[in-house]
Amino acid sequence: MKMLKQTLPSILVLAAVVAVWWAVVVLTKSVIFPTPGEVVKGTLELARDGTLWEHIGASLFRVGAGFGLAVLFAIPLGLWMGWVHGAFVTLNPLFQILRPISPIAWIPIAILWFGVGNASPIFLIFIASVFPMIVQTTVGVHTIEKRFLRAAENFGVPRGKLFRRVVFPATLPQIIVGMRIGLGVAWLVVVAAEMIALRSGLGYMIIDSRNAGNRYDLVIAGMIIIGLIGLALDGFMRLLENMKSVRWRYVH
Amino acid sequence: MFINTKIEIQNVRKGFASDKGRLDVITDLEFKVGDGEFVAIVGPSGCGKTTLMNIIAGFLAPDSGAVQVDGVARNGPNSKGIMITQQGSVFPWLTVRENLLFGLPENMPEREELAAKYADLVGLEGFENNYPHELSGGMLKRAEIARALVVKPEILYMDEPFSALDALMSLRMQNELLRILAKERHTVLLITHDVEEAIHLADRILVLSPRPARIQAAFDVVLPRPRRVSSPEAQELRVAILKELGVTEPV
Repeated sequence: MKMLKQTLPSILVLAAVVAVWWAVVVLTKSVIFPTPGEVVKGTLELARDGTLWEHIGASLFRVGAGFGLAVLFAIPLGLWMGWVHGAFVTLNPLFQILRPISPIAWIPIAILWFGVGNASPIFLIFIASVFPMIVQTTVGVHTIEKRFLRAAENFGVPRGKLFRRVVFPATLPQIIVGMRIGLGVAWLVVVAAEMIALRSGLGYMIIDSRNAGNRYDLVIAGMIIIGLIGLALDGFMRLLENMKSVRWRYVH
Repeated sequence: MFINTKIEIQNVRKGFASDKGRLDVITDLEFKVGDGEFVAIVGPSGCGKTTLMNIIAGFLAPDSGAVQVDGVARNGPNSKGIMITQQGSVFPWLTVRENLLFGLPENMPEREELAAKYADLVGLEGFENNYPHELSGGMLKRAEIARALVVKPEILYMDEPFSALDALMSLRMQNELLRILAKERHTVLLITHDVEEAIHLADRILVLSPRPARIQAAFDVVLPRPRRVSSPEAQELRVAILKELGVTEPV
C-alpha cells in the first residue's frame, strides 16, 4: 500500500506525458512525428525480426568490455595513488587534465587508432569511465578515518592483510560510487560513439532509422530503450550498495 | 603490591608548534605503572591527556624523554598494548567475528575458538555475524574490548573509553570491565575526566595539572572491591581529587 502511494504519482506523470504527446501528434496531424502507439508498433516489429536484440546486445557488449577494462585498471591504480603519496602527486595532475575532456572529443582519435570496429567504442567507454573511478577510489583511500588505520597499526598485522582487511574494504563504498558514475557515463558514450562510426548498436539504430526513411517511431523507440536500460544498469549498481559490508558508509 | 614495573615514563616532554610559537603540552612527566596495576589519570580537558596516552602507546614520539615497557624503550605501537578510545575503532566493514579475528595470525589453529570465546566473555554470543552498525553503543564497546583482549595484550590503554555512552551504560560497562579483569589480569592505563569512574576502577589515581601537564597529585585507592562509590570513604576521596582539579563543593 505504501509502495503504491509512493509510485502512483510518478506513474501518473508518465501517463500524462504519453497522453499529451499522443494528443499533440493527433491534433497537429503530424506526418513525421509518431504517436506512442506507432512507437510501440515499431518496437514490436524490430523485436520480432530480431534486429532490436542485436542492437541491444552490441551496445551492452561494448559497455561491458570498456567498463570492465576500466574497472580493472582504475581500482588498483586508485588504491595505489591513494596509499602512496608520491604516486598521487605524480599522476594526479595528469588525470585532472584528462578528466574534463569529453569522451566525444576523443572520437576522431579513437577512429584514427582503432578504426571503425568494436575497439573504438570500447576505447571511448574506457576513457569515459576510467577517470571517475580512479578519482573516487583515491578519495576513498584518502578519507579512511585515522582511528581505523591506528587500530590496524596497533595490532601489527602484515601489509597484505592490512590491504585486504582494512584499506580495500574501507574504500569499497567509494569504489562503488565511482563504478556507478563510470557505468552511467559509459552508457551515455556508447550511444554517441555508435552514432558516428558503427553499423550496430542502439546509437546506430537511431541514426539509421532517421537516415533510412525518416522512421521516427524507431528513433523514439531507441531513445526510450536506452533510457530503460540505463535505469536498469544503475539499479544493478545500486544492488552493490546494499551489500552488508558497505552499508555502514551509506546508513549514517 | 605491584613489585615489577611494567611501564615507566621518564621525563617526557611534548610540544606543538602554534601561531604563538611553541606550545608545551607535556613537561617533565614521570611516573611508573606496576605490572597488573590499574592506573587512572584524571585531568582538566585540554590538558594533554590524549597526547600523553598516544605517546605511551607508541603512536606519538615524545620530544624528549622516553617510555619504557618491560624495561625496553618503546618505538611505535604493538599488540602488546592495545588502545581503546572514546570514538572506538571497531571496523564497520567486518562482522563482530571478523573483527575479533583481525589481530590473530592467519595460521593460528585455534583462532576461531579464541574469537568465539572472547565474544562470549563480553556477552556478544549470538551477535558474532552482525555488522557494527547493527549493534548498540554498548555492544560496540564490548566488541572493541573483546577484539583487544583476544590478542592477549599485556596492557590496555583506555582513553575515555566509556565517555560516549550514556551514564547508565557507562556504569554497566565499568562493571563489565571489572568482571573481565577479575578473570584476566591486565595492566590498565585509563584516562578519564570522570572522577567516580576512576575511583570505581583504579588502584591508583594520578591527577594532571592544566597545560603543560605534569603530575599534580597521586592517590592510592585502598578501598576494598567490589567498591561502592557512594561509600563515605569513596566520597571523601572524590572530594579530595576534585579539590585538586580546582572544583570545590559547598559543604
